[in-house]
Amino acid sequence: MAARIQIPRQAKRGEVIEVRVLIQHPMETGFRHDDVGRLIKRNVINAFSCRYSGVEVFRADLSSGIAANPYLQFYTVAEASGNLEFTWIDDEGVQGSERQPIAVSG
Amino acid sequence: MKRREFLAGLAGTLASPGAALAQADPLESIIRVLTNGAPVRKGKVTLELPQLADNGNSVPIRITVDSPMTATDHVKSIHLYSDRNPVPNMASFYLGPRAGKAEINSRVRLAGSQRVTAVAQLSDGTFWSDTAPIVVTLSACLDES
Repeated sequence: MAARIQIPRQAKRGEVIEVRVLIQHPMETGFRHDDVGRLIKRNVINAFSCRYSGVEVFRADLSSGIAANPYLQFYTVAEASGNLEFTWIDDEGVQGSERQPIAVSG
Repeated sequence: MKRREFLAGLAGTLASPGAALAQADPLESIIRVLTNGAPVRKGKVTLELPQLADNGNSVPIRITVDSPMTATDHVKSIHLYSDRNPVPNMASFYLGPRAGKAEINSRVRLAGSQRVTAVAQLSDGTFWSDTAPIVVTLSACLDES
């Protein structure tokens, strides 16, 4: 699962930084039918989390009510230099992850 | 269903108008499960949606909560509800003091014109909400999307 995650490369200690996440995923609702009328099984990213150097700072439970290619924008405080680790999983058990470094000064 | 059972059920409904009212607004009973009966007050939460969406498949949404986001006073979770989607609980977001700012942006799917509700739980255990109406011209339909 491809994802685009944007965070600032650098920040001052204590600064609130914006995190933007866009994951490529159909977020299949489970209410649609295929060409021969069979129900297409639900397959959505049901859980997403963001850890800042190992500490969870944001988590989301998603459902079919979230648009395809889910976009999430949230905030976190730049505490120290380290990594933001993102993980998510869909109904079929396919996991995705991404890691972005951040340099914190001051 | 037997006539006797039907009449018994009808009598029960008439006897407890509160239960009948709760059924009239299905969201209320769903939110009550979240709050475990605690009151949900209006305020603190701001839910921003476009007034009109041409296409319900992807509608931008922003939720902000008026909170200092400190260790003792912060937003614990934000829950998004639709009163018309087949799955009313669209998403739940869990934050904490490390968030720094209680704001979330995302994009939702909406099955038709409706009212969208956001409920936030604060660290002191209180619940706050905001509701926004939206007109959806082309709903996130079951098969045409």
